Amino acid sequence: MSGNIENLAAPAATAAGKNNIVKVDNLKMHFPLRRGLLQRTIGYVKAVDDVSFHIRSGETFGVVGESGCGKTTLGRCLLRMYEPSSGTINFNGIDITNESYKNLRPIRKDMAIIFQDPYSSLDPRMSSGSCVGEPLIIHKMTKGRAEYKERVHELFNICGLNPDMTDRYPHEFSGGQRQRLSIARALAGDPLLIVCDEPISALDVSMQAQILNLLQDLQAKNSKMSYLFISHDLLAVQFISHRIAVMYLGRIVETAPSREIFSKTLHPYTQALLSAQPMPDPVAEETRQRIILEGDIPTPINPPPGCSFHTRCPKATSACSESIPPLRDVGGEHYVACHLV
Amino acid sequence: MEKLLDVKGLSTEFRTERGIVKAVNNVSYHVGKGEILGIVGESGSGKSVSQLSLMQLVPNPPGKVVAGTAAFDGVNLLKFGRKSREMCAIRGREVSMIFQEPMTSLNPAMNIGNQMSEVLMTHLGIEKADALERSADMLAQVGIADSKKRLADYPHQFSGGMRQRVMIAMAMLCTPKLIIADEATTALDATIQAQLLELLYSIVSEHGVALTMVTHNLGVVARYAQRVNVMYAGRIVETGMVKDIWASPLHPYTEGLISCVPKLDEKLEAIPGMPPTLINRPPTCPFLARCKYRQKSCFDDPAAELTFVDDVHATSCNVMLKEAGLL
Repeated sequence: MSGNIENLAAPAATAAGKNNIVKVDNLKMHFPLRRGLLQRTIGYVKAVDDVSFHIRSGETFGVVGESGCGKTTLGRCLLRMYEPSSGTINFNGIDITNESYKNLRPIRKDMAIIFQDPYSSLDPRMSSGSCVGEPLIIHKMTKGRAEYKERVHELFNICGLNPDMTDRYPHEFSGGQRQRLSIARALAGDPLLIVCDEPISALDVSMQAQILNLLQDLQAKNSKMSYLFISHDLLAVQFISHRIAVMYLGRIVETAPSREIFSKTLHPYTQALLSAQPMPDPVAEETRQRIILEGDIPTPINPPPGCSFHTRCPKATSACSESIPPLRDVGGEHYVACHLV
Repeated sequence: MEKLLDVKGLSTEFRTERGIVKAVNNVSYHVGKGEILGIVGESGSGKSVSQLSLMQLVPNPPGKVVAGTAAFDGVNLLKFGRKSREMCAIRGREVSMIFQEPMTSLNPAMNIGNQMSEVLMTHLGIEKADALERSADMLAQVGIADSKKRLADYPHQFSGGMRQRVMIAMAMLCTPKLIIADEATTALDATIQAQLLELLYSIVSEHGVALTMVTHNLGVVARYAQRVNVMYAGRIVETGMVKDIWASPLHPYTEGLISCVPKLDEKLEAIPGMPPTLINRPPTCPFLARCKYRQKSCFDDPAAELTFVDDVHATSCNVMLKEAGLL
């Protein structure tokens, strides 16, 4: 357990007051592993383990980490797509951790998600217009056919799609255009929070830049909209986020304003992750030293005791395998979970 | 530098219901001995197909290499049949390939030892016991612990990064002259990707093996490659030394690609529009619709051939070439 929730919550309460759109405390999501005829639980996958953070209104909070670090699970828990094992999720001032699905419905208008794969996240048998307009119908946001159509056209325009294409089906669109459709659908409910789960990973480089720019422009137009931007691409995350959290094996190991995480990197894992990213600059690459981590990422079923990174950490000492380092405040909204910092 | 592989006028087409797709269109380039060449481009730019074409691995039908030569050590690979003895003797012996998805390029029903020793037994006629021993040595070289025991393991018992290590070991078994790494590390996590790229780099530099790195990641090219080909819509639009290209790109697409990479505090300059379809393309420049430097004449002139402006730097941009007085 990290005993530092108070620490974590404090700066947010003073700096932004009640402006937090999301506040998560000690969130745990443990998936049971079942085996055998009787489907006995033989263990748990600790996908998200004791995670606390907040997202302010109009802020982009980036989450980076490698596969299996729990970043996607975290995003999905936030929208109550999973039932968290413990902890609390506060959305727009309402505790939604144990809210019933019926009560969640009106709240869900204010949250949306964009998935990684634009090929499987749009219903192939619905026209693109219906895909985008479905939230409008579900949340009864438009009156009459004409208003509905007008709003769908508006959403198409906002996302840089030609409104004449509303009758086309998703397979007639390219990957980048489909991701624009997903964004238009996410915007339909006029949400306060959009969880962007690897929205650019499946796209080509030139399309990635277009989508990043679109997301940024949309936020500039609607200053109340927040993003939880999940990605393994550090360069994209630093570009779009105000604050960044780095996850490793279900835990946040470091969180800081996006500029600081690059200029004042404290956690050895963040340092390694940064140095693993090949920088597209041949002159800088010539002299840059890389930290190459040994070994593979351990399984979250049975994570190493103590600091879960100690098995690969180049700086690990004996203390690291004994106790889990809490997320400590190092000033300036910078938190790090490392015994050595 | 002495040329190891010299490709000239390579064109590959795919027959589809909607028409002929010119996936690779008149591509010429070379790889020097012991050189690391990067090939960058987006999906559908022909970077993978061009590599499969010269190894004669393009599925036929629907694909077909319709023109060109690929001289490897002076011998034109494209004159051999796809299943000829000559071609089989080259693949894996002289030229090895490492593919993106190690789970699909390793045989799931065969243990690693048998898969690896098969390469040595086929190409070098080595006895099984010796071949297994050499395989274990090679596995140890790529950083697989307990390599002798792991020979008995099957691909599913290895993690993604470990499988790709096995692929690198297998590619190196006969010490080929050229390795083609086709998006070899794309499917892996950042820290594992870094491990493998460093490993591949150190192994090829140590043995003086030439390497062609096919990737869409500009960072990988910037770090490891000496020269780079930039591909777009089946053509090489620019080629040159990596540093020169970064300092002064001579094709608007290359410039766009470089500025597409997110940087802190800078507005991202995206390339508008999408790559063109490769079916029934007009003879004009394929980048025309997305180009910010286009001129009136670009709409009329056919796309320029890749033309060298100095010894190594070449572009196929009509505007740039006219400015340089080369068109």
